[in-house]
Amino acid sequence: MTTTKPIRVLGIETSCDETAAAVVENGRTVLSSVVASQAEVHRRFGGVVPEVASRRHVEHITRVLEAALEDAGVRPNDLTAIAVTHGPGLVGALLVGVAAAKALAFSWGLPLVPVHHIAGHIYACRLVGEMHFPLVALVVSGGHTELLYLRDEGHVVVVGQTRDDAAGEAYDKVARVLGLPYPGGPELDRLAAEGRDVYAFPRAFLEPDSLDFSFSGLKTAVLNAVHGARQRGEPINLADVAASFQAAVVDVLVEKAFRAVKRYDARQLVVAGGVAANRGLRAALAERAAREGVEVLIPPLSLCTDNAAMIAAAGTVLYRLGRVADLDLNAVPDLDLTAE
Amino acid sequence: MVILSLDTSSRAMSVALLQDDRVLGEWCTNTQHHHSVRLMPAVRQLMAEVGVTPRALSAVAVAKGPGSYTGVRIGVTTAKTMAWALDIPLVGVSTLQVLAANVPDFPGLVVPLFDARRQRVYAGVYRCTRGEVTAVRPDRVLPVADLVAELAATGEAVAVVGDDAARFYDAFAVGLGERLWLAPPELGIPRAACLARLARQRLLAGAVDAVHEFAPAYLQASEAERKAAAGELRVAGSGRERGTGAAAGGDGDG
Ligand SMILES: [Zn+2]
Repeated sequence: MTTTKPIRVLGIETSCDETAAAVVENGRTVLSSVVASQAEVHRRFGGVVPEVASRRHVEHITRVLEAALEDAGVRPNDLTAIAVTHGPGLVGALLVGVAAAKALAFSWGLPLVPVHHIAGHIYACRLVGEMHFPLVALVVSGGHTELLYLRDEGHVVVVGQTRDDAAGEAYDKVARVLGLPYPGGPELDRLAAEGRDVYAFPRAFLEPDSLDFSFSGLKTAVLNAVHGARQRGEPINLADVAASFQAAVVDVLVEKAFRAVKRYDARQLVVAGGVAANRGLRAALAERAAREGVEVLIPPLSLCTDNAAMIAAAGTVLYRLGRVADLDLNAVPDLDLTAE
Repeated sequence: MVILSLDTSSRAMSVALLQDDRVLGEWCTNTQHHHSVRLMPAVRQLMAEVGVTPRALSAVAVAKGPGSYTGVRIGVTTAKTMAWALDIPLVGVSTLQVLAANVPDFPGLVVPLFDARRQRVYAGVYRCTRGEVTAVRPDRVLPVADLVAELAATGEAVAVVGDDAARFYDAFAVGLGERLWLAPPELGIPRAACLARLARQRLLAGAVDAVHEFAPAYLQASEAERKAAAGELRVAGSGRERGTGAAAGGDGDG
């Protein structure tokens, strides 16, 4: 009589403006994934206001937890562990998730598993396919542009990162100058599909051996082009600006990602984070991967943007590795990935 | 009936367990250090020492503010999550009322307060008579000068309670003269045992809070919301920065 009890992890994510909870079974099957977005609330401020985000998290947290258990059809007794994002992110926002997770772990007598937000984005891939190690992960979102090397499960090393703006940040700023509504990334992606790359904006490949990124020069070039044309009273084809900007970003992301794959002899390239939803990027990655014979794994859109299923998935990996925390766990806004 | 009570809304952090009308234990520090880190270990230790398991709790009580925004959120999130997880009632009590309850009986007005910066205070006006703590005015955030003028006009004796009260001693002394009593420091810290007693009264009266809807009593909108309401809406930094940069600054309460 050997029935293996499934590992069911409740994940909690509150690092920015989404209050999310999810239940994942054996690190692979999403039993539920609930996300209460505050995008509408922050739209009128033109960006996420930390104090407002923290207040909304407190108001949503137990409702989101309840919905996650109900959708999954599980009771507290069916759970194995509580996983929570403890960084990086907005400290006031993170604290709500961490406080809730600790309250649950104590109340239900369950282990507490701290998860790095980026580790969550990467292990979201286990929810849609097999991860083949060693692998390289490209994580691109509003707050991150990072290349990571995973020798095997649970061993993450940052091998490239942005030296100035994150890719998503450049997207937001360019979108604002083009007059696109917040959040600008998806709008810009849509507009780019209607234009052509005629501006030849600069691509910052940096030193030949570098896996780092830099998007501030590109951002400045785009802003100068738009402002200059407006000052001279020349007409601007916004779709062409969007397409040219996106082409420059995508060229750099794809080139650096495949440099990393080659350097680390990776079996797989994993792409995660909100910008991974970008159609231009997906298309370019697929084309290059086919040409070079590299396997690429990109989660569907719902798992690319912030959610808690990815935290539960990562939490399952870490739980199996015994990486649990005590009730003195704190939120760490600038948490290092290598500290995991 | 066993009530777990917690308060992290000010410099002080306090946890207590009340069984019916007996205080089983209380933990209180006043150092403003890492309420986030220390709260749950303190709860666990206190419960272990007095032999109460989570399942044995009948209700959770929490000081809902006003106070430090971050501090209040830690307490409120912990309390509402525990109440939901254990399926027991949640009772929120004003932090100022908890502070007023440190003065069991006083022939006049009891004024608990916290510094709200820029010469303003979070303050309540209560009457404390034989253990009953009744609000005379709702809790407010207001300039200390306005509060003093209002209290002076009543002609009543005034007990000012709170760790921050001494900071405003001169303003109160000028306005109230001999009618001012500045409560001693040991009465200036909100105590979870007092919180539990007030919560028990509300619980026995059937006045519990709805867990999902429960939110801190900040008493003021966030700075961004106030500016937006005043038409001073300006575009903040980039949209979704994490950890560093524009979106992480500016609107907290320190
Ligand atoms: Zn993210």
